[in-house]
Amino acid sequence: MSKLYVARSPRVAARSLGGEMMIMSGRDSTLFTLNKTATILWQAADGATPLDEIVQQRICGEFEVEPGEALQDAETLARELASHHILQISEQPIATQSAVSRESR
Amino acid sequence: MSRLLEEMTEKALRLNIPLSVQLDLTYRCNERCVHCYLDHHDHGEMSTAEIKHLLEEMAEAGVFILTLSGGEIMLRKDFFEILEYARRQLSFCVKLKTNAILIRDAEAARIRDLGVESIQISIYSHRPEVHDAITLVPGSLNRSLDAASFLKSQGLRVIFANVLMVQNLQDYQGVRALAAEMGIESTMDPTITPMMDGDRSVLSLNIDRGSLHQLFRDESLVMDAEEACGVEDSAQDTLQHLPCSAGHTTCYVSPYGDVYPCVQFPFATGNVRKQRFIDIWRHSDRMNEVRSIRLKDLNTCTSCTHMSSCSRCPGLAYMEGNMRGPSSADCEKSFAKTGVPSANMLAKKRAAANLVQIGSIPAVANMPGAMA
Repeated sequence: MSKLYVARSPRVAARSLGGEMMIMSGRDSTLFTLNKTATILWQAADGATPLDEIVQQRICGEFEVEPGEALQDAETLARELASHHILQISEQPIATQSAVSRESR
Repeated sequence: MSRLLEEMTEKALRLNIPLSVQLDLTYRCNERCVHCYLDHHDHGEMSTAEIKHLLEEMAEAGVFILTLSGGEIMLRKDFFEILEYARRQLSFCVKLKTNAILIRDAEAARIRDLGVESIQISIYSHRPEVHDAITLVPGSLNRSLDAASFLKSQGLRVIFANVLMVQNLQDYQGVRALAAEMGIESTMDPTITPMMDGDRSVLSLNIDRGSLHQLFRDESLVMDAEEACGVEDSAQDTLQHLPCSAGHTTCYVSPYGDVYPCVQFPFATGNVRKQRFIDIWRHSDRMNEVRSIRLKDLNTCTSCTHMSSCSRCPGLAYMEGNMRGPSSADCEKSFAKTGVPSANMLAKKRAAANLVQIGSIPAVANMPGAMA
Protein backbone atom coordinates (compact mmCIF):
# COMPACT_ATOMS: atom_id res chain seq x y z
CA MET A 1 0.00 0.00 0.00
CA SER A 2 1.41 3.44 -0.95
CA LYS A 3 2.11 6.11 1.61
CA LEU A 4 -0.26 9.05 1.99
CA TYR A 5 1.01 12.53 2.77
CA VAL A 6 -1.11 15.34 4.19
CA ALA A 7 -0.48 19.09 4.32
CA ARG A 8 -2.43 22.06 5.59
CA SER A 9 -3.87 24.06 2.71
CA PRO A 10 -1.96 27.37 2.43
CA ARG A 11 -5.16 29.28 1.66
CA VAL A 12 -7.00 28.62 4.90
CA ALA A 13 -6.91 30.64 8.12
CA ALA A 14 -6.55 28.78 11.39
CA ARG A 15 -6.43 29.47 15.09
CA SER A 16 -6.81 27.37 18.20
CA LEU A 17 -9.43 28.89 20.48
CA GLY A 18 -9.37 27.40 23.95
CA GLY A 19 -8.15 24.07 22.58
CA GLU A 20 -10.64 24.00 19.70
CA MET A 21 -9.22 24.52 16.20
CA MET A 22 -11.05 27.03 14.00
CA ILE A 23 -10.42 26.79 10.29
CA MET A 24 -11.75 29.19 7.69
CA SER A 25 -11.78 27.95 4.13
CA GLY A 26 -9.95 30.24 1.73
CA ARG A 27 -12.28 29.05 -1.01
CA ASP A 28 -15.60 30.33 0.31
CA SER A 29 -14.94 31.65 3.86
CA THR A 30 -16.81 28.74 5.41
CA LEU A 31 -15.83 28.26 9.04
CA PHE A 32 -15.10 24.82 10.48
CA THR A 33 -14.13 23.63 13.92
CA LEU A 34 -12.11 20.46 14.30
CA ASN A 35 -12.51 17.82 16.99
CA LYS A 36 -9.51 16.61 18.97
CA THR A 37 -8.45 13.92 16.49
CA ALA A 38 -8.85 16.21 13.50
CA THR A 39 -6.88 18.92 15.33
CA ILE A 40 -3.98 16.53 15.95
CA LEU A 41 -4.04 15.49 12.31
CA TRP A 42 -4.21 19.13 11.15
CA GLN A 43 -1.31 20.20 13.34
CA ALA A 44 0.86 17.30 12.24
CA ALA A 45 0.06 17.71 8.53
CA ASP A 46 3.42 19.10 7.44
CA GLY A 47 3.44 17.53 4.00
CA ALA A 48 6.57 15.53 4.82
CA THR A 49 5.43 13.04 7.46
CA PRO A 50 3.42 10.12 6.05
CA LEU A 51 -0.07 9.68 7.47
CA ASP A 52 0.74 6.27 8.97
CA GLU A 53 3.58 7.83 10.97
CA ILE A 54 1.31 10.61 12.19
CA VAL A 55 -1.24 8.05 13.28
CA GLN A 56 1.39 5.88 14.98
CA GLN A 57 3.18 8.73 16.75
CA ARG A 58 0.39 11.17 17.54
CA ILE A 59 -2.99 9.44 17.46
CA CYS A 60 -2.44 5.89 18.73
CA GLY A 61 -0.55 7.20 21.77
CA GLU A 62 -3.21 9.75 22.56
CA PHE A 63 -6.29 7.56 22.14
CA GLU A 64 -5.05 3.98 22.74
CA VAL A 65 -6.52 2.65 19.50
CA GLU A 66 -5.43 -0.21 17.28
CA PRO A 67 -3.06 1.19 14.55
CA GLY A 68 -4.80 -0.37 11.53
CA GLU A 69 -8.22 0.88 12.56
CA ALA A 70 -6.83 4.31 13.50
CA LEU A 71 -5.11 4.65 10.10
CA GLN A 72 -8.32 3.78 8.27
CA ASP A 73 -10.23 6.39 10.28
CA ALA A 74 -7.48 8.95 9.75
CA GLU A 75 -7.55 8.39 5.97
CA THR A 76 -11.31 8.90 5.92
CA LEU A 77 -10.92 12.06 7.98
CA ALA A 78 -8.09 13.37 5.79
CA ARG A 79 -10.15 12.84 2.64
CA GLU A 80 -13.11 14.62 4.21
CA LEU A 81 -10.94 17.59 5.19
CA ALA A 82 -9.50 17.59 1.67
CA SER A 83 -13.00 17.70 0.21
CA HIS A 84 -13.47 21.01 2.05
CA HIS A 85 -10.11 22.28 0.68
CA ILE A 86 -8.63 22.68 4.13
CA LEU A 87 -6.13 19.83 3.78
CA GLN A 88 -4.11 18.60 0.81
CA ILE A 89 -3.46 14.90 0.32
CA SER A 90 -0.99 13.23 -2.02
CA GLU A 91 0.94 10.00 -2.49
CA GLN A 92 4.09 12.14 -2.71
CA PRO A 93 5.52 14.53 -0.08
CA ILE A 94 3.94 18.00 -0.39
CA ALA A 95 5.98 21.23 -0.29
CA THR A 96 4.39 23.63 2.21
CA GLN A 97 4.72 27.30 3.15
CA SER A 98 2.24 27.66 6.00
CA ALA A 99 3.11 27.43 9.67
CA VAL A 100 1.41 25.51 12.47
CA SER A 101 -1.40 27.52 13.98
CA ARG A 102 -0.71 28.85 17.45
CA GLU A 103 -2.56 28.10 20.61
CA SER A 104 -4.00 31.13 22.38
CA ARG A 105 -2.66 31.51 25.89
CA MET B 1 -22.57 36.11 10.94
CA SER B 2 -22.72 32.33 10.67
CA ARG B 3 -23.97 30.33 13.65
CA LEU B 4 -20.53 28.79 14.10
CA LEU B 5 -18.83 32.20 14.11
CA GLU B 6 -21.39 33.36 16.68
CA GLU B 7 -20.48 30.37 18.84
CA MET B 8 -16.78 31.10 18.46
CA THR B 9 -17.41 34.75 19.36
CA GLU B 10 -19.30 33.69 22.49
CA LYS B 11 -16.45 31.39 23.40
CA ALA B 12 -13.90 34.17 22.84
CA LEU B 13 -15.98 36.42 25.08
CA ARG B 14 -15.99 33.79 27.85
CA LEU B 15 -12.25 33.21 27.53
CA ASN B 16 -11.42 36.94 27.17
CA ILE B 17 -9.78 36.45 23.78
CA PRO B 18 -9.53 39.27 21.20
CA LEU B 19 -10.94 37.32 18.30
CA SER B 20 -10.83 40.19 15.82
CA VAL B 21 -8.42 43.12 15.53
CA GLN B 22 -8.15 46.00 13.09
CA LEU B 23 -4.56 47.10 12.57
CA ASP B 24 -4.00 50.34 10.69
CA LEU B 25 -0.62 50.03 8.99
CA THR B 26 -0.40 53.74 8.17
CA TYR B 27 -2.45 56.92 8.31
CA ARG B 28 -0.76 58.16 5.13
CA CYS B 29 -3.11 58.17 2.18
CA ASN B 30 -3.13 58.89 -1.54
CA GLU B 31 -6.67 60.26 -1.33
CA ARG B 32 -7.94 63.19 0.70
CA CYS B 33 -11.54 62.23 1.38
CA VAL B 34 -13.54 65.19 2.64
CA HIS B 35 -15.08 63.19 5.49
CA CYS B 36 -11.93 61.40 6.69
CA TYR B 37 -11.22 61.47 10.44
CA LEU B 38 -7.46 60.89 10.21
CA ASP B 39 -4.34 63.04 10.37
CA HIS B 40 -2.39 61.78 7.34
CA HIS B 41 1.06 62.88 8.50
CA ASP B 42 3.39 60.12 9.64
CA HIS B 43 4.11 60.62 13.34
CA GLY B 44 6.31 57.52 13.67
CA GLU B 45 4.73 54.41 12.22
CA MET B 46 5.78 51.02 13.51
CA SER B 47 8.62 49.45 11.53
CA THR B 48 8.30 46.17 9.64
CA ALA B 49 10.00 44.33 12.52
CA GLU B 50 7.69 45.95 15.09
CA ILE B 51 4.62 44.98 13.11
CA LYS B 52 5.80 41.39 12.65
CA HIS B 53 6.48 41.14 16.38
CA LEU B 54 3.02 42.55 17.12
CA LEU B 55 1.43 40.04 14.75
CA GLU B 56 3.19 37.21 16.60
CA GLU B 57 1.84 38.55 19.89
CA MET B 58 -1.64 38.82 18.44
CA ALA B 59 -1.55 35.25 17.13
CA GLU B 60 -0.47 34.03 20.56
CA ALA B 61 -3.29 36.04 22.13
CA GLY B 62 -5.75 34.17 19.91
CA VAL B 63 -6.56 36.85 17.32
CA PHE B 64 -8.11 35.08 14.34
CA ILE B 65 -9.57 37.82 12.13
CA LEU B 66 -7.03 40.51 11.24
CA THR B 67 -8.26 43.55 9.31
CA LEU B 68 -5.43 45.53 7.72
CA SER B 69 -6.49 49.09 7.07
CA GLY B 70 -5.27 52.70 7.04
CA GLY B 71 -4.77 55.35 5.59
CA GLU B 72 -3.94 53.49 2.43
CA ILE B 73 -2.30 50.15 3.18
CA MET B 74 -0.60 49.91 -0.21
CA LEU B 75 1.49 53.00 0.61
CA ARG B 76 3.55 50.85 2.97
CA LYS B 77 6.48 49.58 0.91
CA ASP B 78 6.51 46.49 3.14
CA PHE B 79 2.79 45.82 2.72
CA PHE B 80 3.20 42.47 0.96
CA GLU B 81 5.94 41.41 3.37
CA ILE B 82 3.55 42.06 6.27
CA LEU B 83 0.65 40.38 4.51
CA GLU B 84 2.73 37.33 3.65
CA TYR B 85 3.91 37.05 7.25
CA ALA B 86 0.35 37.35 8.56
CA ARG B 87 -0.94 34.68 6.21
CA ARG B 88 1.89 32.21 5.66
CA GLN B 89 3.56 32.28 9.07
CA LEU B 90 0.67 33.09 11.37
CA SER B 91 -2.46 31.84 9.54
CA PHE B 92 -4.64 34.88 10.26
CA CYS B 93 -7.92 35.29 8.45
CA VAL B 94 -6.96 38.57 6.75
CA LYS B 95 -9.36 41.20 5.49
CA LEU B 96 -8.15 44.31 3.68
CA LYS B 97 -9.61 47.82 3.58
CA THR B 98 -8.23 49.94 0.77
CA ASN B 99 -9.10 52.49 -1.88
CA ALA B 100 -7.37 50.02 -4.23
CA ILE B 101 -6.06 52.63 -6.63
CA LEU B 102 -2.58 51.07 -6.45
CA ILE B 103 -3.86 47.55 -7.10
CA ARG B 104 -3.31 46.33 -10.65
CA ASP B 105 -3.29 42.83 -12.10
CA ALA B 106 -0.01 41.75 -10.45
CA GLU B 107 -1.02 42.97 -6.98
CA ALA B 108 -4.42 41.29 -7.31
CA ALA B 109 -2.76 37.98 -8.21
CA ARG B 110 -0.44 38.26 -5.21
CA ILE B 111 -3.36 39.00 -2.88
CA ARG B 112 -5.11 35.92 -4.26
CA ASP B 113 -2.02 33.75 -3.76
CA LEU B 114 -1.82 34.85 -0.15
CA GLY B 115 -5.40 33.75 0.52
CA VAL B 116 -6.93 37.04 1.68
CA GLU B 117 -10.52 36.58 2.86
CA SER B 118 -11.96 39.82 1.47
CA ILE B 119 -11.04 43.24 0.15
CA GLN B 120 -13.24 46.19 1.06
CA ILE B 121 -12.96 49.14 -1.32
CA SER B 122 -14.36 52.60 -0.62
CA ILE B 123 -16.72 53.61 -3.42
CA TYR B 124 -18.81 56.74 -2.86
CA SER B 125 -20.62 57.03 -6.16
CA HIS B 126 -20.99 55.41 -9.56
CA ARG B 127 -20.31 58.83 -11.09
CA PRO B 128 -16.66 59.96 -11.34
CA GLU B 129 -17.56 63.62 -10.78
CA VAL B 130 -19.13 62.77 -7.40
CA HIS B 131 -16.68 60.09 -6.18
CA ASP B 132 -13.61 62.07 -7.24
CA ALA B 133 -14.98 65.24 -5.61
CA ILE B 134 -15.10 63.32 -2.31
CA THR B 135 -11.63 61.71 -2.61
CA LEU B 136 -10.21 64.91 -4.13
CA VAL B 137 -8.24 62.73 -6.56
CA PRO B 138 -9.21 63.02 -10.25
CA GLY B 139 -9.59 59.60 -11.87
CA SER B 140 -9.82 57.78 -8.54
CA LEU B 141 -13.18 56.12 -9.22
CA ASN B 142 -11.99 54.57 -12.45
CA ARG B 143 -8.77 53.40 -10.79
CA SER B 144 -10.70 51.83 -7.90
CA LEU B 145 -13.17 50.14 -10.23
CA ASP B 146 -10.35 48.77 -12.40
CA ALA B 147 -8.79 47.34 -9.26
CA ALA B 148 -12.10 45.79 -8.23
CA SER B 149 -12.25 44.07 -11.62
CA PHE B 150 -8.68 42.77 -11.26
CA LEU B 151 -9.49 41.39 -7.81
CA LYS B 152 -12.77 39.85 -8.96
CA SER B 153 -11.07 38.21 -11.90
CA GLN B 154 -8.78 36.47 -9.39
CA GLY B 155 -11.85 34.99 -7.72
CA LEU B 156 -11.51 37.19 -4.63
CA ARG B 157 -14.34 38.45 -2.46
CA VAL B 158 -14.68 42.21 -2.99
CA ILE B 159 -16.98 44.51 -1.04
CA PHE B 160 -17.82 48.13 -1.90
CA ALA B 161 -18.11 50.30 1.22
CA ASN B 162 -20.09 53.48 0.73
CA VAL B 163 -20.14 56.19 3.39
CA LEU B 164 -23.23 58.27 2.81
CA MET B 165 -22.95 62.02 3.20
CA VAL B 166 -24.49 65.16 1.77
CA GLN B 167 -22.34 64.97 -1.37
CA ASN B 168 -23.34 61.46 -2.47
CA LEU B 169 -26.78 60.93 -0.93
CA GLN B 170 -28.44 60.64 -4.32
CA ASP B 171 -26.02 58.01 -5.60
CA TYR B 172 -26.32 55.03 -3.30
CA GLN B 173 -28.62 53.16 -5.66
CA GLY B 174 -26.12 53.74 -8.44
CA VAL B 175 -23.33 52.23 -6.33
CA ARG B 176 -25.50 49.25 -5.43
CA ALA B 177 -26.42 48.69 -9.09
CA LEU B 178 -22.78 48.96 -10.15
CA ALA B 179 -21.76 46.46 -7.45
CA ALA B 180 -24.47 44.02 -8.52
CA GLU B 181 -23.42 44.34 -12.15
CA MET B 182 -19.82 43.49 -11.18
CA GLY B 183 -20.87 40.62 -8.87
CA ILE B 184 -19.60 42.53 -5.86
CA GLU B 185 -21.16 42.90 -2.40
CA SER B 186 -21.88 46.39 -1.12
CA THR B 187 -22.39 48.02 2.26
CA MET B 188 -23.55 51.49 3.18
CA ASP B 189 -23.12 53.57 6.32
CA PRO B 190 -24.68 56.98 6.95
CA THR B 191 -22.33 57.77 9.87
CA ILE B 192 -19.67 60.45 9.69
CA THR B 193 -17.13 60.12 12.50
CA PRO B 194 -15.50 63.12 14.22
CA MET B 195 -11.77 63.61 13.63
CA MET B 196 -9.57 61.59 15.97
CA ASP B 197 -8.35 64.86 17.52
CA GLY B 198 -11.94 65.65 18.53
CA ASP B 199 -12.69 68.16 15.75
CA ARG B 200 -16.40 67.76 15.01
CA SER B 201 -16.66 70.15 12.04
CA VAL B 202 -16.70 67.22 9.63
CA LEU B 203 -20.11 66.19 11.07
CA SER B 204 -21.67 68.94 8.93
CA LEU B 205 -21.38 66.41 6.09
CA ASN B 206 -23.94 64.14 7.77
CA ILE B 207 -27.16 63.69 5.83
CA ASP B 208 -30.13 65.46 7.39
CA ARG B 209 -32.90 63.93 9.49
CA GLY B 210 -35.41 63.83 6.63
CA SER B 211 -33.01 62.01 4.33
CA LEU B 212 -32.18 59.52 7.07
CA HIS B 213 -35.92 58.96 7.56
CA GLN B 214 -36.36 58.20 3.85
CA LEU B 215 -33.31 55.96 3.80
CA PHE B 216 -34.66 53.70 6.55
CA ARG B 217 -37.89 53.36 4.59
CA ASP B 218 -36.30 52.57 1.24
CA GLU B 219 -37.73 49.13 0.51
CA SER B 220 -34.83 48.31 -1.78
CA LEU B 221 -32.65 48.38 1.34
CA VAL B 222 -34.94 46.88 3.98
CA MET B 223 -37.17 43.86 3.52
CA ASP B 224 -40.06 45.25 5.54
CA ALA B 225 -39.82 48.97 6.27
CA GLU B 226 -42.74 48.90 8.70
CA GLU B 227 -41.17 46.17 10.78
CA ALA B 228 -37.66 47.64 10.55
CA CYS B 229 -38.91 51.03 11.69
CA GLY B 230 -41.14 49.80 14.52
CA VAL B 231 -40.45 50.53 18.19
CA GLU B 232 -39.19 47.43 20.01
CA ASP B 233 -39.99 46.68 23.62
CA SER B 234 -36.98 47.21 25.86
CA ALA B 235 -36.94 44.02 27.89
CA GLN B 236 -35.39 44.17 31.36
CA ASP B 237 -32.81 41.49 30.55
CA THR B 238 -31.39 43.88 27.96
CA LEU B 239 -29.89 45.81 30.86
CA GLN B 240 -27.26 43.12 31.37
CA HIS B 241 -26.22 43.16 27.72
CA LEU B 242 -22.90 44.46 26.43
CA PRO B 243 -23.01 47.76 24.54
CA CYS B 244 -20.98 46.27 21.64
CA SER B 245 -17.97 44.03 20.96
CA ALA B 246 -15.39 46.84 21.43
CA GLY B 247 -12.94 45.75 24.13
CA HIS B 248 -14.76 42.43 24.57
CA THR B 249 -13.77 40.40 21.51
CA THR B 250 -12.37 43.15 19.28
CA CYS B 251 -9.92 46.01 19.42
CA TYR B 252 -7.95 48.37 17.24
CA VAL B 253 -4.22 49.14 16.94
CA SER B 254 -2.98 52.38 15.35
CA PRO B 255 0.15 52.66 13.14
CA TYR B 256 1.94 54.03 16.23
CA GLY B 257 1.15 51.00 18.36
CA ASP B 258 -1.64 52.54 20.43
CA VAL B 259 -4.36 50.06 21.37
CA TYR B 260 -7.97 51.24 21.48
CA PRO B 261 -11.22 49.33 22.08
CA CYS B 262 -12.29 50.14 18.50
CA VAL B 263 -11.22 52.24 15.53
CA GLN B 264 -14.12 54.56 16.38
CA PHE B 265 -13.31 54.72 20.11
CA PRO B 266 -10.16 56.87 20.66
CA PHE B 267 -9.68 55.89 24.32
CA ALA B 268 -6.02 54.79 24.46
CA THR B 269 -5.53 51.71 26.63
CA GLY B 270 -1.79 51.10 26.11
CA ASN B 271 0.98 50.96 23.52
CA VAL B 272 2.50 47.79 22.12
CA ARG B 273 5.92 49.45 21.92
CA LYS B 274 5.92 49.57 25.71
CA GLN B 275 3.81 46.57 26.74
CA ARG B 276 2.86 43.18 25.36
CA PHE B 277 -0.38 43.18 23.41
CA ILE B 278 -1.91 40.51 25.64
CA ASP B 279 -1.04 42.47 28.80
CA ILE B 280 -2.84 45.54 27.46
CA TRP B 281 -5.80 43.41 26.43
CA ARG B 282 -6.08 41.63 29.76
CA HIS B 283 -4.78 44.09 32.33
CA SER B 284 -5.19 47.67 31.10
CA ASP B 285 -7.37 49.54 33.62
CA ARG B 286 -8.89 51.50 30.76
CA MET B 287 -9.68 48.39 28.70
CA ASN B 288 -11.23 46.82 31.79
CA GLU B 289 -13.25 49.97 32.42
CA VAL B 290 -14.73 49.75 28.91
CA ARG B 291 -15.28 46.03 29.44
CA SER B 292 -17.15 46.54 32.70
CA ILE B 293 -19.92 48.67 31.17
CA ARG B 294 -23.34 47.07 30.75
CA LEU B 295 -26.42 48.73 29.28
CA LYS B 296 -27.74 49.23 32.81
CA ASP B 297 -24.77 51.55 33.49
CA LEU B 298 -25.59 54.00 30.72
CA ASN B 299 -26.71 57.46 31.67
CA THR B 300 -29.93 58.58 29.99
CA CYS B 301 -30.13 55.53 27.70
CA THR B 302 -31.50 53.14 30.36
CA SER B 303 -34.78 55.08 30.33
CA CYS B 304 -34.92 55.26 26.53
CA THR B 305 -37.64 53.61 24.47
CA HIS B 306 -35.03 52.52 21.94
CA MET B 307 -32.60 50.87 24.34
CA SER B 308 -32.99 47.31 23.07
CA SER B 309 -32.87 48.21 19.37
CA CYS B 310 -30.47 51.16 19.41
CA SER B 311 -27.21 50.97 17.45
CA ARG B 312 -25.57 53.21 20.09
CA CYS B 313 -21.82 53.41 19.53
CA PRO B 314 -19.86 53.79 22.78
CA GLY B 315 -16.98 55.31 20.83
CA LEU B 316 -19.15 58.05 19.38
CA ALA B 317 -20.61 58.59 22.87
CA TYR B 318 -17.04 58.90 24.21
CA MET B 319 -16.25 61.47 21.53
CA GLU B 320 -19.34 63.39 22.65
CA GLY B 321 -17.84 63.48 26.15
CA ASN B 322 -19.06 60.39 28.01
CA MET B 323 -18.60 56.72 27.10
CA ARG B 324 -21.59 55.92 29.33
CA GLY B 325 -23.71 58.59 27.68
CA PRO B 326 -25.80 58.62 24.55
CA SER B 327 -24.45 58.84 21.02
CA SER B 328 -26.49 61.55 19.32
CA ALA B 329 -25.85 60.16 15.85
CA ASP B 330 -27.51 56.92 16.91
CA CYS B 331 -30.37 58.82 18.61
CA GLU B 332 -30.96 60.46 15.24
CA LYS B 333 -31.06 57.04 13.58
CA SER B 334 -33.57 55.67 16.10
CA PHE B 335 -35.71 58.77 15.63
CA ALA B 336 -35.47 58.59 11.83
CA LYS B 337 -36.56 54.95 11.96
CA THR B 338 -39.47 55.25 14.36
CA GLY B 339 -40.46 58.89 14.65
CA VAL B 340 -40.15 58.49 18.43
CA PRO B 341 -37.57 60.79 20.05
CA SER B 342 -34.88 59.19 22.21
CA ALA B 343 -34.52 59.92 25.93
CA ASN B 344 -31.44 61.96 25.05
CA MET B 345 -33.39 64.07 22.54
CA LEU B 346 -36.17 64.65 25.07
CA ALA B 347 -33.64 65.62 27.76
CA LYS B 348 -32.00 68.09 25.40
CA LYS B 349 -35.41 69.52 24.55
CA ARG B 350 -36.22 69.96 28.25
CA ALA B 351 -32.85 71.62 28.82
CA ALA B 352 -33.51 73.99 25.94
CA ALA B 353 -36.95 74.83 27.38
CA ASN B 354 -35.33 75.58 30.75
CA LEU B 355 -32.93 77.95 29.05
CA VAL B 356 -35.89 79.86 27.62
CA GLN B 357 -37.36 80.17 31.15
CA ILE B 358 -34.08 81.58 32.44
CA GLY B 359 -34.28 84.15 29.67
CA SER B 360 -37.61 85.40 30.99
CA ILE B 361 -36.28 86.12 34.50
CA PRO B 362 -35.77 89.87 35.09
CA ALA B 363 -32.21 91.07 34.76
CA VAL B 364 -30.23 90.41 37.92
CA ALA B 365 -29.17 94.04 38.21
CA ASN B 366 -32.82 95.11 38.49
CA MET B 367 -33.68 92.61 41.22
CA PRO B 368 -34.17 93.83 44.78
CA GLY B 369 -30.98 93.34 46.79
CA ALA B 370 -28.76 92.92 43.74
CA MET B 371 -25.28 94.33 44.01
CA ALA B 372 -24.48 97.22 41.70
